[in-house]
Amino acid sequence: MDTLVAQYSQPMFEKENHGEDDQMELYQPAPSLSLKFAMPPVAQPSAWLRAATDDHANPNCPIKIAHGTTTLAFRFQGGIIVATDSRATAGNWIASQTVKKVIEINSCLLGTMAGGAADCQYWLAYLGMQCRLHELRHKRRISVAAASKILANLVYSYKGMGLSMGTMCAGVTPSEGPALYYIDSDGTRLAGNLFCVGSGQTFAYGVLDAEYRYDLTEQEALELGSRSILAATHRDAYSGGFINLYHVKEDGWVKHGFSDTNPIFWKTKLEKGEFSNVTSEMV
Amino acid sequence: MSAMFSQNPLMNGPNYSFNQAPATASGGNTEHSFYPYTDNGGSTLAISGNDFTIIAGDTRSTSGYSINSRYSPKVFKIGGTTSSQDDANLVLSVVGFAADGEALKERLDAIVKMYRYQHGKPMSVKACAQRLSTILYGKRFFPYYVTAILGGLDEEGKGAVYSYDPVGSYEREQCRAAGAAASLIMPFLDNQVNFKNQYIPGSGEGHALQERENIPLPKDEVEDLVKDAFDSAVERHIEVGDGLQMLIITKAGIEEKYLPLKKD
Repeated sequence: MDTLVAQYSQPMFEKENHGEDDQMELYQPAPSLSLKFAMPPVAQPSAWLRAATDDHANPNCPIKIAHGTTTLAFRFQGGIIVATDSRATAGNWIASQTVKKVIEINSCLLGTMAGGAADCQYWLAYLGMQCRLHELRHKRRISVAAASKILANLVYSYKGMGLSMGTMCAGVTPSEGPALYYIDSDGTRLAGNLFCVGSGQTFAYGVLDAEYRYDLTEQEALELGSRSILAATHRDAYSGGFINLYHVKEDGWVKHGFSDTNPIFWKTKLEKGEFSNVTSEMV
Repeated sequence: MSAMFSQNPLMNGPNYSFNQAPATASGGNTEHSFYPYTDNGGSTLAISGNDFTIIAGDTRSTSGYSINSRYSPKVFKIGGTTSSQDDANLVLSVVGFAADGEALKERLDAIVKMYRYQHGKPMSVKACAQRLSTILYGKRFFPYYVTAILGGLDEEGKGAVYSYDPVGSYEREQCRAAGAAASLIMPFLDNQVNFKNQYIPGSGEGHALQERENIPLPKDEVEDLVKDAFDSAVERHIEVGDGLQMLIITKAGIEEKYLPLKKD
């Protein structure tokens, strides 16, 4: 009888103190970027999450997650150019104009951020950790192909859970040369020469495709990356702020500024005569 | 579905999770939904300077159109050695759902305290900022309904402000407003702290105009900006008011100031 009672009864205040997981969290000197996530106590967590956070499915959702972007990256003879805008929006609200959408995974690898800001930041930090571990275990740097596959497999394991990310991994390794991969939260992983990702991707593609050649000089390539983002910030309301420019070379990446779009726009218009659609007359 | 998340009390009463009117599904069956959040309103604001950081929040707590408390702090000292937090060097502000905010504060405080015992030194803002991000992301699939701002002084003694979204994306900034009146306060800050859209008079014609140079503001000026920002927010937002709690972090420690706001 006692065993029966014990089996079906629980101490009344078992949950009063921290749970075992919480205790572990406190004693661990550094948090493991772990795969243990808190789940809502419902039958279908993903459906619940969508109702609470996805403003496409539910415009009145209480938790607005930052979205909206233009990012691009392309391969050329001198390496890889990576360029992004810097605007984060939550619904119609511009949450920030100074987001760093190029994530420095390590000195030779860059990731870009489109979709959920937190998803990209967290999982690219996780990728950085895995890349470093690979380096320590194998005594050489991880290839871009392998790094991108770690990320692709990871997001694929969370498929349907509501992660939202469209990212590009750019890097140069001795074995591969300059390599560029596109990975998104559906699990897609593509190698390629040229990608644009985000709400302003079509506008960026328009400029980039028209002017792109593999044998662009470094100066031309940087200019083209910047100009493509400028075009996207001009036509896509969800993109704007600053242009973040990077050049990935054999001996690591080089940053080429975080520059305000507004003066660049007027410089482009007044000195090169582009954007002639913008006039001071009200027609 | 949209009624489920409505903040309009006329539609579904005060937003207690247990008071949600069950929605009727298309088949005529009654559906009970799991809705664990309430928006408690209010606003917070943080500005960093050369050698100080100010984090402020109003002290009103609302639920729908009801005011439930006129003194319910949103700004907390984190990681002191005792519960009085006299020797704390970090400040966390949380706005959104107060219960989640409280839980987040308790959790971060416990972690920062444990860090102090294990390492024999206080946690840096940079480390704490990264840790807070992973805490928030740990509930990616069941988020804390809060917008957090963390403030302190960095390794060089400069003011540091880190702002977060509910699931942990974060960024170091000069200033940030969060919560109900963020859309009223943030544009004011852009103009008065970062001097956005301010140009030097007579420096040129049209697009050749030079921007006003960006210099960090002194502490007393920032304090006045904070007061003005909240006084203005109270005038135009129903969920903001009652009191203004300001925590001022300098290398001498954290000074707390409380000022009354309009109570209507």
